[in-house]
Amino acid sequence: MNPPPIVRIRGLSKRYGDVSVIEDLDLDIAAGEHLAVIGPSGSGKTTFLRVLMTLERPDSGTIEIEGEDLWLMKRNGALIPANPAHLRRVRAKVGMVFQHFNLFPHMTALRNVTEAPIHVLGLSRAQAAQRGVELLAKVGLEDKLDSYPHQLSGGQKQRVAIARALAMQPKVMLFDEVTSALDPELVGEVLGVLRQIARETEMTMIVVTHLMEFAREIANRVIFFDRGRVREDAPPDEIFTNPSHPRTREFLRAVQLTA
Amino acid sequence: MRIDWGAAWSALPVLLQGLLVTLQVTLLGMSLALLLGLVWTLSRRSPRRWISYPAAGFVEAIRSTPLLVQVYFLFYVLPSYGIRLSPLATGVVAVGLHYSAYTSEVYRAGIEGVPRGQWEAAIALNLRPLQTWMSIILPQAIPPVIPALGNYFIAMFKDTPILSAIAVLEVMQTAKILGSETFRYLEPFTLVGLLFLGLSLVAAALVRWAERKLGVRSASP
Amino acid sequence: MSGVTIDLELLPPLFKGLTVTIQIFSGAAGVAVVAALGGGLGRLSGRCWIRAPATCYIEVFRGTSALVQLYWVFYVLPFFGIEIGAMAAGILVLGLNAGSYGAEIVRGSILAVPRGQIEAAIALNLTPFQRMWRIVLPQAAAAMIPPATNTLIELLKNTSLVSLITIADLTFQGQIIRASTLKSAEVFLLLLALYLALSMVIRTFMRRIEKRYSLSWRPVGGLT
Ligand SMILES: Nc1ncnc2c1ncn2[C@@H]1O[C@H](COP(=O)(O)OP(=O)(O)O)[C@@H](O)[C@H]1O
Ligand SMILES: [Mg+2]
Repeated sequence: MNPPPIVRIRGLSKRYGDVSVIEDLDLDIAAGEHLAVIGPSGSGKTTFLRVLMTLERPDSGTIEIEGEDLWLMKRNGALIPANPAHLRRVRAKVGMVFQHFNLFPHMTALRNVTEAPIHVLGLSRAQAAQRGVELLAKVGLEDKLDSYPHQLSGGQKQRVAIARALAMQPKVMLFDEVTSALDPELVGEVLGVLRQIARETEMTMIVVTHLMEFAREIANRVIFFDRGRVREDAPPDEIFTNPSHPRTREFLRAVQLTA
Repeated sequence: MRIDWGAAWSALPVLLQGLLVTLQVTLLGMSLALLLGLVWTLSRRSPRRWISYPAAGFVEAIRSTPLLVQVYFLFYVLPSYGIRLSPLATGVVAVGLHYSAYTSEVYRAGIEGVPRGQWEAAIALNLRPLQTWMSIILPQAIPPVIPALGNYFIAMFKDTPILSAIAVLEVMQTAKILGSETFRYLEPFTLVGLLFLGLSLVAAALVRWAERKLGVRSASP
Repeated sequence: MSGVTIDLELLPPLFKGLTVTIQIFSGAAGVAVVAALGGGLGRLSGRCWIRAPATCYIEVFRGTSALVQLYWVFYVLPFFGIEIGAMAAGILVLGLNAGSYGAEIVRGSILAVPRGQIEAAIALNLTPFQRMWRIVLPQAAAAMIPPATNTLIELLKNTSLVSLITIADLTFQGQIIRASTLKSAEVFLLLLALYLALSMVIRTFMRRIEKRYSLSWRPVGGLT
């Protein structure tokens, strides 16, 4: 028998006006899994992560994290819409790294990393700083603790953002095309950090990426997203060498041509 | 104390007459401000420092000092130089001069928004400076700043009660006279407030309409 | 008319008026800051019983003028049995008037903070209050300073209106001296110079605050 999934999604749908961005999605993600999400631009990958991060409210369906519903809570045996306290408690298990970093420009690199641990997790300043320095050292930025975001390169910014998300010790971490806003020569340093995290932590990772080589290397499972649906769900070796769905084949061919 | 609707009703016609003067002052003042503002802007762009520096300093000084004191200055000082104006004319000159400092800033922003290439094209076509300004630059610089000018028009309208200090018979002064005659300030002053509020809201809606029409955003003053 | 000469005897009463002007300006500026934050945040609130009064306050004070408001509070409020004295009326009305413009500055600057900043704060699980206080407001504050400087200058200019409700400020003293000495040109030029000097002090002060506050984290030319 399999252990229960850490993320369990049933019948998830999200629309913007008339456009259906996610359609009736069912997905189980196991604890510790490294899931790569690939698919054409506009297929709903970012929306999928944003719904998981509670940045968007789904129109229907359920998301459970470690068996707890994200958008609903139990009260007197009945399920009612989640209140902010419930949302915050479940959300604490999820972290996210954004395509455009979204670092806080008015804080140094170190404070970007320590702010939430101090004010959300309740760590003392000293504890938070110690952890922050460790994390920034881990992403290779021990000499940039006191730099402000505008003094950092894109790759350095994204590494600070990764350290910031790690500092909250989420169980599930979402990465949304974390290299696609970077100049080509800076992509490598960020991928290196992701590889290291994948190697060294137990964390569940959901990685949206358009770098197929990287997806293949880091993931133990790949899903192909197309028009709001999962068209194919397979181990990387299978999906990249022998895709079963015609849309996957089409997509992979197109990506190869442009790469 | 309760509102006496009868008193309010009988005050209204007189107040509306005062409002007419207010609108008259605003329209004349704005015309002056639109004209003078352009003069300041062009002077500030002059390559001759003895023109551009004083113009810039003058605009800055006007913007940084109270309209009321400027009104007093014109009202009490001009006559001793032999310039005798009615209170109304003094008021028009005062608000026109004061707001010309603001319209000048607006024009400047508009002119700076015209792409460099337009100037270069005018040189390439060998246009004279006056032709360049009249047919190339200003037609492009002015329309985008019309809403901003509209906002200053509203601001000027709301500032005209200051002219009651030199007894211009605009709406505030009318209300003060009514109040001192009847010993009831409640109705006339409240009505004046409502008149300003109503007209400002309508005018602000017009400005927003113009913004949409012209596809521009303007910060309100 | 001979040349303008400045009579030293004019100075003591003018300086007395100057002190009153500075007092009113400082008091009203304090009121304005509080009202601007309350009004601006209130107008952004999701709750309509907070948003409606905030919007009302802003629209009423921006839609009528400072002098009308001063007269109303000074002459009409006593009819309702509310007597607050000229000085308090001046500080309160001018402060609320400037605050209504400030509220729109606060609102605009908050709305201008990129959405991604709030999303990052949500992802880090900060509470709504922490998001506003620690992430949004510090960034918005930097954008507020230049327009707030202009609002403060307008406030300083508006302080002259209190002379019309019997307060002996700089303008009032100028009028008295003019009436007794008939040296109109000298008196009013001196008055204008003093107001200009105060404006320059305000501008310098605000520029210094802006430098101190944002020099470290804002690249030259603002954030991109
Ligand atoms: N806030 C929004 N409002 C309206 N449409 C949106 C919004 N966000 C995303 N979309 C649309 O949803 C679709 C999926 O977008 P997204 O999830 O960003 O795709 P991906 O990340 O796979 O490129 C796109 O067609 C996009 O235009
Ligand atoms: Mg995307």
